[in-house]
Amino acid sequence: MAYLIYLLAFVGGFTIMSLELLGGRVLAPYFGSSIYVWGSIITVFMLSLSIGYLVGGRLSLHHPSLGRFAVIFLAAAVCLYPLVYFNEAIMVWVFERIEDPRYGSLVASGFLFIVPTVIMGMISPYSVRLLVQSTESSGQVAGFLYFVSTLGSALGTLATSFYLVLWFEMNTILTLLTLALLAMGLLAAIASRRVQS
Amino acid sequence: MNGRGTQRRRSGIHLLLPLLYAQFGALICSVSAPVEARIVHEERSLYSTILVDQRGSMLCLQFSVRRDQRNQSCFDQRKPDKMVFIYARMMMASLLLQPQPKRILMIGLGGGTLPMALDRLFPEATQDVVEIDEAVVRVARDYFDFAPSDRVKVFAQDGRVFVKRAVRRGEKYDLIMLDAFNGDYIPEHLMTREFLEEVRALLTPDGVLAANTFSISRLYDHESVTYANVFGTYFNLRTPSTGNRIVLAAPGGLPTAETLGARAETLSAPLKPYGISMRELLPMIREREDWDSDARELTDQYAPANILQSQ
Repeated sequence: MAYLIYLLAFVGGFTIMSLELLGGRVLAPYFGSSIYVWGSIITVFMLSLSIGYLVGGRLSLHHPSLGRFAVIFLAAAVCLYPLVYFNEAIMVWVFERIEDPRYGSLVASGFLFIVPTVIMGMISPYSVRLLVQSTESSGQVAGFLYFVSTLGSALGTLATSFYLVLWFEMNTILTLLTLALLAMGLLAAIASRRVQS
Repeated sequence: MNGRGTQRRRSGIHLLLPLLYAQFGALICSVSAPVEARIVHEERSLYSTILVDQRGSMLCLQFSVRRDQRNQSCFDQRKPDKMVFIYARMMMASLLLQPQPKRILMIGLGGGTLPMALDRLFPEATQDVVEIDEAVVRVARDYFDFAPSDRVKVFAQDGRVFVKRAVRRGEKYDLIMLDAFNGDYIPEHLMTREFLEEVRALLTPDGVLAANTFSISRLYDHESVTYANVFGTYFNLRTPSTGNRIVLAAPGGLPTAETLGARAETLSAPLKPYGISMRELLPMIREREDWDSDARELTDQYAPANILQSQ
């Protein structure tokens, strides 16, 4: 079961950074690709992750289970996929109302990325709760979990910026990320049934 | 037999020598900074490293510290009108398609050579110049004779953002010059079908787009297909020696060879002070597709221009 949780954390890390990189591509046609656009994206992601950590930690207090962990992934997938259809409309809406591209990009990336990123931020603390069995090993478990999920983030960054954007359209990559989250959610759900039975 | 062959070859070389020297001269000027060049200004801006060097009366602007970097723009203080670079002269060939522009949009300033020349040629015209880097605007003003005025307005912002807002305001331009790419990095959102459609929407019925882009690497095919999908047939000007490529597109239709010839005659005298010769430009104007038309179009969804450029 530990392996499965590490795999889930890895995919979570991969998806977060892949999405963050795509964010720059999504915003460029409306707000440019200047340093402040990246500033907006990184701010929104960091803020969302920090909230996600907080909420994920809170959730882990109440009957932590693999089944509930699966729900986090499924919810992330459900909140990520609409970006494929609505990102354009959201950006037009912001573009029409905010002239300054600094605040325009900040508000737009907020609308686009806060919800899925907050949910994905819950993955790490929840994983720690499912993995830790004793106080002595908690630091080691948390360390290994950060290692795995940050490694996923590194690979997500590299794969997206070097290859995925060369092979696929942006919406295709978003769909693939959604499918990866869905697959992980289903995997966790199936495993949780097995554990119960 | 043998002797004559050598003879002929030798005379061939003699004919070529002046040409070779001319090429070599151009190479020194365009590829590397001359040894005696003195750096008169160096500045690291938000977007690039701006370098101005001077050699005699020649001031050159570069956007990188790498010494083998191509100069972006050069300016001869003794002949301030003269366009030193072939790409700038090629951009002016757009006047053969639109000889009387009244409203002009420039995306990318460089040293400001093009807007200043257009301002002198068409004192009645107004220009909007969009340059993302305020430091470039400053340098162009301090070293390259660039003078913003009531007629030449500068907007320090991203070209795509300006274009999108201009479309919403319903602005129209007779001539749009896109000169936003330097050798190191391509703003990918300025090379997509959606962007070109926005640019097209800004053109008057007889408006013209002149784009200074790239003619090397795999990107050439992708870029060419994208322009063709938005503008249909366009004039494609290339120089084999410097790798420059200019696209001249006119949604209202391209002029015939006769019209081009007639306009070239009229324009030849006023353009002479700028070092522009119609004899040099006219033969470069081609319509032929010399790219792989199966290449994938660049869109806001698919825009890996920098990766394609490096392959």
